[in-house]
Amino acid sequence: MERVSYAEAVRRGLAEEMRRDPLVWALGEDLSRAHGSTSSTQYCGLIDEFGPKRVVDTPISESTIMGAAVGAALAGTRPVAELRNVDFGLCAIDELVNQAAKIRYMFGGQARVPLVTRQGLGLKRSLGSQHTQSNEVWFVHTPGLVVVAPATPGDGRGLLKASIRCDDPVVFLEHKELWATEGDVDFSDDGIVPLGRARTVTSGTDLTLVVWSRMAIVAEHAATQLSALGVSAEVIDLRTLWPWDREAVFRSVRKTGRLLVAQESVLVGGFANEVAAEVSERLHNTLVAPVRRLGAPRIPMPYSPPLEDECRIECRHVVEAALSLVQNDRSRKETT
Amino acid sequence: MGNENTASASIGRALALFRTMCLIREFEERCAEEKARGTVPGLVHQSTGQEAVPTGICAHLRREDYLFSNHRGHGHAIAKGADPAAMMKEIFGRQGGTCGGKGGSMHIADFSVGMLGANGILADGLTMAVGAAQAVSLKGENRLVCCFVGDGTTNRGPFFEALNWAQVFRLPVLFACEDNTYASTTRTDEVFAGPGVVARVASFGIEAASVDGNDLGAVDAAAGRLIAQIRSGGGPRFLHARTYRIRGHISSDPLNYRRAGETETHMATEPIARYQKWLIENGASETDCSAIRAEARALIERAVAESMAAPFPDTNTAWTDVQDIGGPQWNG
Ligand SMILES: Cc1ncc(C[n+]2csc(CCOP(=O)(O)OP(=O)(O)O)c2C)c(N)n1
Ligand SMILES: [Mg+2]
Repeated sequence: MERVSYAEAVRRGLAEEMRRDPLVWALGEDLSRAHGSTSSTQYCGLIDEFGPKRVVDTPISESTIMGAAVGAALAGTRPVAELRNVDFGLCAIDELVNQAAKIRYMFGGQARVPLVTRQGLGLKRSLGSQHTQSNEVWFVHTPGLVVVAPATPGDGRGLLKASIRCDDPVVFLEHKELWATEGDVDFSDDGIVPLGRARTVTSGTDLTLVVWSRMAIVAEHAATQLSALGVSAEVIDLRTLWPWDREAVFRSVRKTGRLLVAQESVLVGGFANEVAAEVSERLHNTLVAPVRRLGAPRIPMPYSPPLEDECRIECRHVVEAALSLVQNDRSRKETT
Repeated sequence: MGNENTASASIGRALALFRTMCLIREFEERCAEEKARGTVPGLVHQSTGQEAVPTGICAHLRREDYLFSNHRGHGHAIAKGADPAAMMKEIFGRQGGTCGGKGGSMHIADFSVGMLGANGILADGLTMAVGAAQAVSLKGENRLVCCFVGDGTTNRGPFFEALNWAQVFRLPVLFACEDNTYASTTRTDEVFAGPGVVARVASFGIEAASVDGNDLGAVDAAAGRLIAQIRSGGGPRFLHARTYRIRGHISSDPLNYRRAGETETHMATEPIARYQKWLIENGASETDCSAIRAEARALIERAVAESMAAPFPDTNTAWTDVQDIGGPQWNG
């Protein structure tokens, strides 16, 4: 085991895949020169090992970063298209949604588009409306895409590797606040984390708390606080949003009878709704309380810290919602 | 372009331009200091060393003219007449900020002076600028639209679309390219094909000028000429101003991708000392110049003090101005 940051874990994960498969390459703005200065360190040093044909510093041309990745995937390579922020990724959404996601199907299965696009997600502090979005659900809504949002260094590495090996286009979402977080990673094995498989963060019996990306860290803290209050929460980190691990969630809800889904993104139309709806439809007999969801208000993210705090889902919100859920019991009989 | 260097304007006007540059410099340097001290919450993109570009251009803009800016936009806003104290409050995220604390450094806007917004997304200002110009022509107004764009951003598709569009519809737009050599950590010339941005612009049939952007006299003269042509119905024009980003991409950038001595070399050509020299050679006194510098410093110092003393916005304001119907639902 080695203690490393998330950024270092994904950096090494990419390097391992590039060593394993000479057709894996990365493209994006400032890839080789950003030595932990203005952007994060996920590509640090890769150019020295793999050279400028496989670590490509591109012009500021988002449409072409994504379009080129689609073309290069069709032509038999495995590109990793770095877009830095989902907000900048919006400048390349057309190539991703209209091309990458649909080509295999439209062309009757003649081709695959094995690209990975890496995009930074979410809030740090005071980055304003155009550098903070969490639009993961847009991708989930698009047939053809796989959507991954890992929370820990080990999952970051293992899922990045699985994403690169995946023949479908994968949107790999890295929460910007996670890059500096640390965790233990075993680099002696290949560490692949299968796509579509959730992780049980903490086991519990009173309620199921479903989360992904940075919210998994928040939920873990919430579970600790809840346990001090006598509430046993089972935290499930989905890790992959499409396909999501329904079985893991159902299994847990069958045990706890209660579901809380917490997300950083805007609640309206968010992915929490998908989880809540599936559980409500399929497990209504099992639920002893109405499903709860937490998410941001439908507000573009403001800059000033106290305004931004109005829009953040914090540990205390998760704890409050969980408490209200366990206090708000209906009997199983009433539900059925 | 050489003879445009000899600005013939009166010394009073020249001192006013000098003052604008000093205000921008002080503003940028103090912002970065405050960011380093932790009093500014968000990112700060400084335009230190680039002051002559917005100063020389905005000297020819009227209050009613529109300006679209980018992420490195403090200088643009100050030159267009935005209040530095309100801008500083915005960057501190306080009440009284240009956007009530909702925007921050990357989204400063002051519609009362025609400053229609800094921008966090590269090149988006360009396409909005041509649209604003189209509205001006639709309404039969007498306004010009100016849009600043960085060198790196000229590789984005919307740049080409906006240029073509502006020329097709003969719109009153000045595209002002602030070529500060870098796009974050990348030297733009390493990812830029062809002989330069002016050649690209020329291929659309748009008349362009390329000037030493650290020479205020040169920027002033070229901007004056191009803007006069636009005002007389000549269609869009392009001003390429060659300058240098003395500071990092953002204020915390350690600049470890630069060659040794590079920054120092460029310090020697920074616009403020250069213009001061010119002023003194042309009749201003050393004392005039120092007084202007001191006044700018005091003004920005006051802006910082006021910003620190200003309260944070009422949290209720987070919920306002989202949209007219279907307001911001909370999490149920
Ligand atoms: C569409 C988009 N892509 C990438 C970024 C990230 N980014 C912000 S500034 C910048 C460099 C811009 O360089 P340039 O246009 O030369 O302007 P300068 O920063 O030098 O003023 C980059 C890549 C962004 N904000 N928007
Ligand atoms: Mg630049």
